[in-house]
Amino acid sequence: MPTFVYMTRCDGCGHCVDICPSDIMHIDTTTRRAYNIEPNMCWECYSCVKACPHNAIDVRGYADFAPLGHSVRVIRDEEKGVIAWRIKFRNGKKDMNLLAPITTKPWGTAIPKLSEESAPSKDMTDSQLLFNEPKYIRLDEGGLHTLESNGLKMKEGVYY
Amino acid sequence: MGYKTIVEDDIDVLITGAGMAGTGAAFESRYWGKDKKIVIAEKANIDRSGAVAQGLYAINTYMGTRFGENNPEDHVRYARMDLMGMVREDLLFDMARHVDSAVHQFEEWGLPLMRDPKTGAYQREGRWQIMIHGESYKPIVAEAAKKSADKVFNRICVTHLLMDDAKENRVAGAVGFNVRTGDYHVFKSKTVVCAAGGASNIFKPRSVGEGAGRVWYAPWSSGSAYGLLIEAGAKMTQMENRIVLARFKDGYGPVGAYFLHLKTYTQNGVGEEYESKWFPELSKMVGKEYLDTEGQHLSHKPIPTCLRNHAFINEVNAGRGPIHMVTMEAFQDPHLEEIGWHNFLGMTVGQAVLWAATDVDPKYENPELTTSEPYVMGSHATGCGAWVSGPEDIAPEEYFWGYNRMTTVEGLFGAGDAAGGTPHAFSSGSFTEGRLAAKAACKYIDDGKAEGIKVSQEQIDKRGKQIFKPMEHYKIYRNEITAGSVNPNYINPRQGLDRLQKLMDEYAGGVTVSYMTNDKLLNIGLKKMKMLEEDLEKIAAEDIHELLRAWELKHRQLSSEAVLQHTLFRKETRWPGYYYRGDAMKLDDQNWHVLTVSRRDPKTGEYTMEKAPCYHLVSDEEEKVA
Repeated sequence: MPTFVYMTRCDGCGHCVDICPSDIMHIDTTTRRAYNIEPNMCWECYSCVKACPHNAIDVRGYADFAPLGHSVRVIRDEEKGVIAWRIKFRNGKKDMNLLAPITTKPWGTAIPKLSEESAPSKDMTDSQLLFNEPKYIRLDEGGLHTLESNGLKMKEGVYY
Repeated sequence: MGYKTIVEDDIDVLITGAGMAGTGAAFESRYWGKDKKIVIAEKANIDRSGAVAQGLYAINTYMGTRFGENNPEDHVRYARMDLMGMVREDLLFDMARHVDSAVHQFEEWGLPLMRDPKTGAYQREGRWQIMIHGESYKPIVAEAAKKSADKVFNRICVTHLLMDDAKENRVAGAVGFNVRTGDYHVFKSKTVVCAAGGASNIFKPRSVGEGAGRVWYAPWSSGSAYGLLIEAGAKMTQMENRIVLARFKDGYGPVGAYFLHLKTYTQNGVGEEYESKWFPELSKMVGKEYLDTEGQHLSHKPIPTCLRNHAFINEVNAGRGPIHMVTMEAFQDPHLEEIGWHNFLGMTVGQAVLWAATDVDPKYENPELTTSEPYVMGSHATGCGAWVSGPEDIAPEEYFWGYNRMTTVEGLFGAGDAAGGTPHAFSSGSFTEGRLAAKAACKYIDDGKAEGIKVSQEQIDKRGKQIFKPMEHYKIYRNEITAGSVNPNYINPRQGLDRLQKLMDEYAGGVTVSYMTNDKLLNIGLKKMKMLEEDLEKIAAEDIHELLRAWELKHRQLSSEAVLQHTLFRKETRWPGYYYRGDAMKLDDQNWHVLTVSRRDPKTGEYTMEKAPCYHLVSDEEEKVA
């Protein structure tokens, strides 16, 4: 339907409402549970499915071309830094488990706080360099890569 | 209005939209603007917003200069050829010379990049693509933006830019509303980096009903990158250069890793190679420079994406569809089979759902491909967007007005889908463009260019009223009818979107007309577009969610009108396979080896079109790599 919510598993916590990029997961005011208010604007991006702490959200393929009876489930584990998928075919012939890493570092720990970096010099400001450059371009001490640094010259503009 | 007005004042750098370009802009502006107030206004939640929300399995732009693989000039040659000559080489080169540093930072932040066990270099998918486990690509870069910005406003739909009342054609911030609370938000800012998204859903999609959201590009990409800028009077370029994608049928699953890494290939319905047979005739239409059917095996020049589409479309029209991707050979290798599935799970889960639902096991059955409806965007194999200034050390005079990536509106910068003429940026390149725009924005402020900005209360009140008008309109007229959605005084956002899509499909070269249009059709399209624009003044929104859809539609409508105007202006078929001008089928280098530039007068809505020089700054010959 793209996404739908199992009545007995949802407790209305709103994690899916918070994360949905398309603004279509809402809480029903009568049942106080989440539901997809606009299936035809759902991308099956699985952001809500991954965010749901109770595995209450699932996806059924789009009605205009996908038959019933299949399943693609996911568990995303930030602590372990992995994501696990299970794909079951409609005819039952295929049942796959797939696992992939989502990060190599504990969340957020490796991202620099730029407010704590020393202020850039005037030379840096006037140059074409960005933060951490030129080092981060080649991860060596070489300068910014330019045509000139490679022994080449910019062509005079050719107007067609 | 029962909602509060919230004013955020004294902002130095306001970033509208926090996808890849916006996160890059937020991160970088903190370094160059330590003392500056940096604010993000994002329509969704920054952790999962933009086109990369569900993840990516590849970074599509990485030079690998570190590993001696490519140099920036090589990438310029490639993108130039792919877009049939029409690119801003200064911007492309600038992005390419910085993009590796962004990718190296992503790895340091924890993004798992795959490595070639033999060479130690990143695992290549193709010459420009490297493979990643990118399910959490967006949350990782979002973390960097959150650590850099002073404030992140999630769930704010930015509808308009604020203009300076003291000086004409200078930006002064933006306004929008909170899609949860309904509050009216006013951001007064010295500069704005527009990092909003391109436009999906402006052409009628192949999917219908419930499946209408299964488009190739995210359905929440509502053309704000163009709508905001066009309405502010910024010049736009290459808006005719819409893209059509060849993808796995219905699911629109990516084919890049399949072609390049898994070495799969395509064949027609009767099992034949079909592509090459369409090229000799096509070569007469586009010229040898772009498709050298005799010398291709020697030159190894990649065949432009649109021309491969041309072969696909014509083979299907000739009755020899469907086109299949031959996966049955590659998938016998369990490692490649796993990569094939991970490729979907990492970025287009819907394709995995579809194959599971239809029992298509690519190990035993070659899946169908299709060509998509067109999209208007500036960061994939297409270069729609704003006409922006180039970098000072490379840009020719016509491309330079002082600040890198600044649009023709002072203080207003564009990155990602918003920067025109820079195709093949993808995620890493968009992030890099955001960084470049942010540095320039900080410099603009430090140079004193943003002094004396004034925003009158009158302007704020006018926009506020305008934003909530669809809800007022609904309240006034809903009781004239018993119930239901058919009302003689208004249309709702979905009805408006359906009308826009039908119009664009039939008059601007969508799927149902096999991407074909002409002067006459475009003129009818423009006439009908004007009426739609008038009707959008009477659009009705039942609640705040519909109000969001109403403004998304308005941005889509502005983008679409620009597409019609540009397509009408370029009297040639520059990109066969993306669209055809039936009345000007031949590529016409003599008259149209130029970039197209438009401006919509914000007061009258009138369009002015002009040609701008297309400079080739990088020589044709390929040099040896570093």
